[in-house]
Amino acid sequence: MSRAFGKSVALSNLTLTIGNGELVALLGPSGCGKSTALNCLAGLLPLTGGSIYLDDRRIDTVPPERRDFGMVFQNYALFPHLTVRQNIGFGLKIKKISKSEIERRVNAAIELVQLTLHADKHPNQLSGGQQQRVAIARAIVIEPQVVLMDEPLSNLDAKLRHEMRSEIKRLHSELGLTTVYVTHDQEEALSLADRLVVLHDGEIQQIGTPEDVYLNPTNTFVADFMGYRNLISMELLSGGATNNYSISCPGIELVANNISAGTKAGKVLVAIRPEDLLVEKSSKNNISCTVTNVEYQGKDFAVEVSVEPGLVIYVRTPIRLEVGQKTNLTVRPDRVLVYPRSDNHPNV
Amino acid sequence: MSEVNTKASSFDFRLWLADHSIDRLLLLAVPAFLAMLAFFIYPSFYGAYLSFHPMDKSGALGNYQSFFGDPYMRESIWNTFRIALPVSLINVFAAVPLAVRLRHKVRGKRTINTLLVIPMSLGTVLVAEGLSMYLAPNGWLNRTLLATGLISEPVQLLHNFWGVIISLIITGFPFAFLLTLSYISGINPKMEEAASTLGATSWQRFRYITFPLLTPGLAITFCLSFVLAFSVFPSANLLGNPAGDSHVLAVAAAQAIFTQYDYSMASAISVITGVLELAVVAAVLVMRSRLYSGSTSGGKG
Repeated sequence: MSRAFGKSVALSNLTLTIGNGELVALLGPSGCGKSTALNCLAGLLPLTGGSIYLDDRRIDTVPPERRDFGMVFQNYALFPHLTVRQNIGFGLKIKKISKSEIERRVNAAIELVQLTLHADKHPNQLSGGQQQRVAIARAIVIEPQVVLMDEPLSNLDAKLRHEMRSEIKRLHSELGLTTVYVTHDQEEALSLADRLVVLHDGEIQQIGTPEDVYLNPTNTFVADFMGYRNLISMELLSGGATNNYSISCPGIELVANNISAGTKAGKVLVAIRPEDLLVEKSSKNNISCTVTNVEYQGKDFAVEVSVEPGLVIYVRTPIRLEVGQKTNLTVRPDRVLVYPRSDNHPNV
Repeated sequence: MSEVNTKASSFDFRLWLADHSIDRLLLLAVPAFLAMLAFFIYPSFYGAYLSFHPMDKSGALGNYQSFFGDPYMRESIWNTFRIALPVSLINVFAAVPLAVRLRHKVRGKRTINTLLVIPMSLGTVLVAEGLSMYLAPNGWLNRTLLATGLISEPVQLLHNFWGVIISLIITGFPFAFLLTLSYISGINPKMEEAASTLGATSWQRFRYITFPLLTPGLAITFCLSFVLAFSVFPSANLLGNPAGDSHVLAVAAAQAIFTQYDYSMASAISVITGVLELAVVAAVLVMRSRLYSGSTSGGKG
């Protein structure tokens, strides 16, 4: 499907097949088109190209009220004049389901999201997390074919976000509802999704399992987004023995064996995650450097080191280092990701 | 608190204000309050005082006795309600569908808005003058209707009930529309989207979501429209039949002043007008307080 706003294309040729019971996360920075994609799916925005099928039924021409998709909104969009119970029962009431059936299903949903004590309150009497639970219950109680979630946790504080994340995971595995989940938080996407779709500028960058996307990003954009903070311009000397390639730049010489397809000898971009750099002296892949900045972050330290003037590398390590100290880093050859230089990344 | 006050030698006005949670900027409102006092509150009380001192020295309630004792005067209450109630109801309920439509991005929205609002900026007298030409037996409207053969003789829309009604709708509607539009714009559109994903059609979304959230605003809009229409004077005089079925309270008061020079009686009529208005507004507000009147944004923003 595609969606354009005037001349600006918000979404181009997003092609995706979602399996029954799957939880797919659309992941990307703000403005990448992920919310547009979700609104198109829900029918709140008409497509400007392409089509959507639910099983064999074409649904992109069907208005939202007849798509049978439950949606959880970023700001919850609860009905402020209705109680929790009435909010959750709204969809069932519209569907003209019998009173006793509504009561049974609403009670079950309230229990599921653990709001039994708050069932007769109004939304403004609830905390952010409780409101979010109501929004989720309201979307799933109608037993929709697909649940759409638009950054449902972005308004919650860190602790609540983690709680609700587990909650959503639990509900998904309990109910097995097909879910499309939009987020800009890679950690959230990794922990929840069966499959990740990374978007940038309205285009798919990578589709894969969380592990796949995390360990083997297909390009420097995905790498950067997934936390490969070190993106270094280097030179690839043509291949050595058994897939070990030599790469170098002033101050660093490395052996890598995780080369992206289509990478040719010459200028390349190398991506290394701060966590993959180990502070130790090694005979292979050794980088000698000077510590320039240390931030204590609880379980470990975020350290900046300088290899050469103008070449800063980010490291995360549990070892306490001092600013000005000379040290050595090393990295495994399979954790050095090499991409073609032509892959223009804004940060480089 | 006592800490500050015990050091009485160095009384600090700033701290005293803070201690009593008074915002110093509020002092800027003092001149405005004095103006209110001089030009609104004092005249109101003086008018009320006058109304209890009839010119013919017939006792404190003399004016009220003669007002309610005179069927022609009593009739003016009914005349006023007969105009003001339907006009404010029509204005409010016609404003709702239009405001619902124009809340979204619509092509030509600015033009439509401008057209709707112009009559308000023209003022009642100008509109009344214009209408008295337009609606006259040989005015455009009647001539057009006659030419198209829809009617065989001119419709009488001037110097009766209908002339007043039409002019009050033209001048009062933009006001009701603008207020309603601002109330509707305050309702988070995400709630309607949420309702639609839950299966609600556009009518159901209006019926169960937008309308209930809008009613408190509509109550206020109704009150203000009603007060405007209740004190109708120019259009009743120019387009109505001020001696007959458009003999409204404002006309009665004006006649008391300008034909009988009875300031005291006019004051009594004004007091009666005010009390009736307040009664209607209070009734509407009591009904409103029974409705939901909290946030219309839906959740934390």
